[in-house]
Amino acid sequence: MLAYVTRRIFYVIPIVISVALVCFMLVHITPGDPLVAVLPADASQELANQLRIAYGFDRPLPVQFGIWLWKAVNGDLGQSIATGRPVLTEVMRAVGNTVTLAIAAASIGFALGLFFGLIAGYFRDTWIDKVATSIAIAGVSLPHYWLGMVLVIIFSVQLNWLPAVGAGPGGSGAWGWDWQHTRYLILPAITTAAIPMGIVTRTIRALTGDILSQDFVQALRAKGLREIHVFRHVIKNAAPTALAVMGLQLGYMLGGSILIETVFSWPGSGLLLNSAIFQRDLPLLQGTILVLALFFVLLNLMVDIAQAAIDPRIKRG
Amino acid sequence: MRTEKSAKRQRMAVAMMLAAASMAALPRIAAAESLLRIGMTAADIPRTLGQPDQGFEGNRFTGLTMYDALTMWDLSSADKPSVVIPGLASEWKVDDGDKTKWIFKLRTGVSFHDGSPFNADAVVWNVEKVLKQDAPQFDPSQVGVTASRMPTLASARKIDDVTVQLTTKEPDSFLPINLTNLFMASPAKWQKHYDAAQGADAKAKSQAAWAAFARDASGTGPWKMSSFTPRERLELAKNQNYWDKARVPKLDKMLLLPMPEANARTAALLSGQIDWIEAPAPDAVAEIKQRGFLLQTNEEPHVWPWQFSRVEGSPWNDIRVRKAANLCVDRDGLKEGLLAGLMVPATGTFEPGHPWRGNPSFQIKYDKPSAQKLMQEAGYGPGKKLAVKVQTSASGSGQMLPLPMNEYLQQALAECYFDVQLDVIEWNTLFTNWRRGAKDPSANGANATNVTYAAMDPFFALVRFLQSSMAPPVSNNWGFINNPKFDELVSKARQTFDPAERDKALADLHAASVDDAAFLYVAHDVAPRAMSSKIKGFVQPKSWFVDFSPISMTP
Repeated sequence: MLAYVTRRIFYVIPIVISVALVCFMLVHITPGDPLVAVLPADASQELANQLRIAYGFDRPLPVQFGIWLWKAVNGDLGQSIATGRPVLTEVMRAVGNTVTLAIAAASIGFALGLFFGLIAGYFRDTWIDKVATSIAIAGVSLPHYWLGMVLVIIFSVQLNWLPAVGAGPGGSGAWGWDWQHTRYLILPAITTAAIPMGIVTRTIRALTGDILSQDFVQALRAKGLREIHVFRHVIKNAAPTALAVMGLQLGYMLGGSILIETVFSWPGSGLLLNSAIFQRDLPLLQGTILVLALFFVLLNLMVDIAQAAIDPRIKRG
Repeated sequence: MRTEKSAKRQRMAVAMMLAAASMAALPRIAAAESLLRIGMTAADIPRTLGQPDQGFEGNRFTGLTMYDALTMWDLSSADKPSVVIPGLASEWKVDDGDKTKWIFKLRTGVSFHDGSPFNADAVVWNVEKVLKQDAPQFDPSQVGVTASRMPTLASARKIDDVTVQLTTKEPDSFLPINLTNLFMASPAKWQKHYDAAQGADAKAKSQAAWAAFARDASGTGPWKMSSFTPRERLELAKNQNYWDKARVPKLDKMLLLPMPEANARTAALLSGQIDWIEAPAPDAVAEIKQRGFLLQTNEEPHVWPWQFSRVEGSPWNDIRVRKAANLCVDRDGLKEGLLAGLMVPATGTFEPGHPWRGNPSFQIKYDKPSAQKLMQEAGYGPGKKLAVKVQTSASGSGQMLPLPMNEYLQQALAECYFDVQLDVIEWNTLFTNWRRGAKDPSANGANATNVTYAAMDPFFALVRFLQSSMAPPVSNNWGFINNPKFDELVSKARQTFDPAERDKALADLHAASVDDAAFLYVAHDVAPRAMSSKIKGFVQPKSWFVDFSPISMTP
C-alpha cells in the first residue's frame, strides 16, 4: 500500500508543473491588456507602457513564468493588480466560502443521489425507477444558473422566505452555522447540488442494476441471505465506482461555479474568478486557477488512495 | 377570593413587566440606526485607499464618499449641468506671470477621519503619491487611474500651511476640473501603517502600508469607513464632523455590496434585501415600477458614438458621408423601441443647456431624405453602396446594448446606401485596440470604432479625440483626426484662464466638432437606478456621481 501511495504522489509532481504552465500560458495568450485593472480605458499608451515596466509585464514570458513559479513554490502567489492584496489571502478566503457551499451541496446532492440511485436500481423498470430517473435527468439537464434564478424568484422575491444573495448578514467574515447564516446557504446549495445529485443517481442506478444481475447475488440469495444483507453486498461492490464519481463531483464543486456564485453573489472562488477575468487581474487569475487545479489533483489522489484501500485489486493493477 | 386576588396580582405583574419591557425597548427604537443598502454593478468593492478603480462607479462609491478633492462637482441639481465648485480648496488662481503655476488656498479647520489636520503638506503628499516616483508613498497601482485624468499636473509645493502651488507641464486651464480626480488621503494614517508594516525594503513596506490603509482608510469625506470585508461589503458611517455642515449625511450608515449580475441585483431589491440598485435588469423595469419601487434616470455625461477613422483612404474623410450617417439614424426610434426609454438621443457630445454645447450650425437629427441626398452627392446610391466596417464589443462598461444597437444602426444606415460590416470583439480587447489607433493591425480593417466615453471634463470629452497631437500612442485620437481648427480651438481653450471665457472657447470647440460631424453621435446613457420608495431626498444629477448626504429613509 505504501509503495502504491508513494507512486501516486510521485505521479502528481509532473501533473502539478504542467498545470502551472498551462494556467500561466492560458491567461497570457488571451487577448486584452493585463494592466486593464489599473488603467482606465482612456489612459494613454505612454502611461500603459510606463506601468507595464513597473509591473514587469515587459519581460519575456519564460522569465515571467520562472519568477512566478519560483514565488509560488515559496508560497507567494503575488499580489492582485486590482486590489494590491496578496493573492493567496484572496484565494484562501474565497476557497473557504466555496468549501462551505460545496459541503452543503455535497450533503444534499450525494444523499439524494444515493437514495434515488439505490431505489431506482433496486426497483428497476418500475414506476419508482421512472420517477427517480426523471428527477436525475432533470437535475443533470436543467441549466443550474437558470434553476438558481427560478429558486430566487420563488423563494426570495415571491415568498420572501430566504435571502436572494450574499453570505450572511455580516458577510462571510462573520459566518456561523446558525439559522441567520445558513438561510443564505440554502438556495445556492440546492442549485449546486442539482447536477451531482443527477449524476450520482444515474451512476448508482446503473451499478445497482448491474450488480443485482450478477451470479454472486443469486448465490447469496440461494444461500438464504436476507435481502438487507444482500443489499449490503451490493453497496460494498458499488462503493469504489460511486466513490470515484462522488470524488470527481466534489472536486467540481470545490472548484466553485462562476455562474452559481455570481447569481447568488456568493463570495467563493467562482465569483473571484469572474471578477479576476473581467478585471484581467492576471496574478489573481493565475493564482486562483492554480490553487483550484491543485485541489482537484489532490482530491483525485485521495480518491485513488481511498479506492485502493476499499478494493485491494486496484493497487495490484 | 384568594384566587381572584392572585389573578389580579398576576395580571398586574404581567402589565408591569410589559411596561418595563416597553421602556427598555424605547431607547433602542429611538437609537435605531438608519441604514441604506446599495447593490453596485461592480464585481468587487472599488479600491478604498483614495484612488478608486472600477471607473466612475468606483469614484461614486468609495471616492466621493470617504474622500474630498481640492475641487468637486456640484451634485445638488437634477436640472442644471453639474459644474466644478470649491472643495478642499476654497479658491484658486493661475499665476499671471507664469501660466503653468497655480495657487490654491485651502479650507481651514478640516480634519481627516483619524483627527490629523488637512493642510498644504497633505496636498503635496497626495500629489506625490502618484507623480513622484522616489516618494515613499508613491504607489504605481494608483498612477493609472489618476495620472491619466490630470495629464498636465507635474508637481506640488507648499507655500504655507493653507497655500499650495501646483505646477503643470504646459499652461492648462482645465487643471481645476481635472483635480476632482485627486482624492486626499490622510498622510498621518498612512505613516502609522508604514511604521507598522513588514517588508524587505521601503518599496515593500510602502505597498504593505497602502494595503493596510485600504482596510483602515482615512479621508476627509462625509462618510467614514466603518467595516470592510474585501470583495463582499463595505460599511460606511456618517462623519458627524464633516467640514461642510450642510452636507453632513442624514443617514447613519450606508452599506455597499458588489453585485455584478443584473438579475441578482434586481431580485435582491424586489425581495427587500437591499434598498437601492444600480442599473437594474432592463427586462425587470416594468415589474420594479409595478411593485412600487422608484426608477431614477437622468442624462449622463456619456456618449455612445462611432469614432471615425480619418487615415488616408477612409470613407469617412468625406464630410458628406459623415453628415449623412448622422442624419440617417432615428434616435427616437432607438430610444423607444430598443432601449425602453433608457437613453437620451445624442446631437453632439453635449446637449443644449450645457455650458460647453455652443451653437453648431449642423443640426443632428433624423432626416433620411437629406442623408440620402448627401450620399448621392458623394457618389453613392442604391446600386453603389459604401462599405464601412466598425469594431465593437458584445458587452462592456458604458457600452449599453452594443450588439442590438449596432445592428439597429446597420439597418438604419443601409437605407442611406451604407453597407455596414460589424467586427465584434471582446470588450477589453476593443479598448486596448482603441489606444493603438486606426493604423494599427488590431483595427482589422475597421474604419470606425464603437467605444463609449465619459464626458465629465473637457480633456476627456473633447481634447483627447480632436487634438492632432493626441493621436496614438499619446491618447485616444483613434482615428488620427488632424484638423487645424480643432488644434487652434483646443489651444485657445487650454490657455484661457477666465472660467467663463474658457467655457466659451470649449463651446466653440464643441460646435466645430459637431459641424464637422467628427463622430456619429448616437446616444447618452441615463444611469438608471432603482430604489425603495422609503428613500427620500435623492437627487439624480446630470453626472456620473451622486451626493448621498441629503438622503434619508422613512421607517
